[in-house]
Amino acid sequence: MGSFRLGAMTLRSMFKKPETLQYPKETKAPYPGQKGHVVNDVDGCILCGMCQRVCPCHCITVEKKERRWGIEPFMCIQCGSCVASCPTSCLSMDPAPTSISAEKFCRDLQVPEKEKQAS
Amino acid sequence: MGKSTVIPFGPQHPVLPEPLHLDLVVQDETVIDCLPQIGFVHRGLEKLVETRDYNQFIYVAERICGICAMGHSLGYAETVESLMGVEVPKRAEYLRVIWHELSRIHSHLLWLGLAADAFGFESMFMHCWRLRERILDIFEKTTGGRVILSVVRVGGVNRDIEDSELAAICQVLDGIKSEYKEIMDTLLTDMSVKNRTVGVGHISLEQANDLSMVGPFGRASGLGYDVRTFGKGAYGELSEFQPITDTQGDCYARVKVRCEEVLQSIGIIEELSAKIPAGDISVKVKGNPEDGARASNVLEQPRGECYYYAEGNGTKFLERMRMRTPTSQNLAGMVSALKGCDLADVNMIILTIDPCISCTER
Repeated sequence: MGSFRLGAMTLRSMFKKPETLQYPKETKAPYPGQKGHVVNDVDGCILCGMCQRVCPCHCITVEKKERRWGIEPFMCIQCGSCVASCPTSCLSMDPAPTSISAEKFCRDLQVPEKEKQAS
Repeated sequence: MGKSTVIPFGPQHPVLPEPLHLDLVVQDETVIDCLPQIGFVHRGLEKLVETRDYNQFIYVAERICGICAMGHSLGYAETVESLMGVEVPKRAEYLRVIWHELSRIHSHLLWLGLAADAFGFESMFMHCWRLRERILDIFEKTTGGRVILSVVRVGGVNRDIEDSELAAICQVLDGIKSEYKEIMDTLLTDMSVKNRTVGVGHISLEQANDLSMVGPFGRASGLGYDVRTFGKGAYGELSEFQPITDTQGDCYARVKVRCEEVLQSIGIIEELSAKIPAGDISVKVKGNPEDGARASNVLEQPRGECYYYAEGNGTKFLERMRMRTPTSQNLAGMVSALKGCDLADVNMIILTIDPCISCTER
């Protein structure tokens, strides 16, 4: 009896809209706030090092003297701690995942000097 | 009576999604003893508490197991909160329970799909996972992740769900409910399923009590133990909660209890979505756990009660973090259920117990 019910259910689904996407022809638009990779808008970065301190996998390095901010994207677990802790909100989560690479690398960014505000 | 032979079962086996090795001592196709062996996916995660502070460890805790990720982060956060005396906002408690119950639905649907596949219903496996995909989509929409959610923090939650979004979730769950009931009725009334499960791997209520069994495995033997009845967090706000139990204690009863728990979880989410209060979703947690402070906590994971223990040492790192997961509690029950069964029934018994080896080994 159960097999007949299952057969009816399966037959019905033949006339419904497909549940799957024909990837890679079709792709799903990312939801807002979806996890992908961390991006830094270096113009707003003050190199405070908060992101480095809170990162659970130690994948962010901040070198204040050399004005360098770096992230190892393949070590990052996209927890979003750095984004939440950033005091200037220059860090954000981009929904696109880091593209495939044959080698591990560190994404180093040079943070420009800030012009001192005239008093 | 023939000679005893030892047949190895696992660690790689079609019914096992995770590696578990059993040495089955058989005599004339009857299992007379069973020696379980684990240790294939041990990662030493509890030791990491020494190198990750109490806020960072939450991301380690949720990586203990992919299926119970939400439960482990929630259980760990609640333990640290009681260690530090943190009061969590009401809205955060509701959101935590909603996500946790969604993860229970996704875990049970995953199990049901695997069980259907083992019974020979390959198309039912597809139907179950099709419904599970809708739950994962809710996770992706509300937390940003499909399996690892990273949404719980010590002191609350990281993200809010708007009321319009909650209404949309209830609508999706309503759609799942009608289709799920059809799948459930098919599975529970099918003769071939009954032939393979009724009276197989029987555990009596006395045995369940003696072996301290937890979760649906224990509840299928009539043990009415469910941590959700303690009314912790938003569970206390439910108008009525009765754990789903059965008295038969066989494989069929376990299938039935798990199947009905999905509908119960949908009911919990619908009720809490209607009652959720407005307000903050987290509080700022300052300071470190005191030296010598100890806290313990229990949480009903999809597979049963999980026990958490934490000890502070005055620094931001915890002195000790210990978890006792439902499967490690149920391993003794699994051995009892296997004793005396036919060799051909071993698959069914292990599948209906639904062991989670990643949780057990950590």
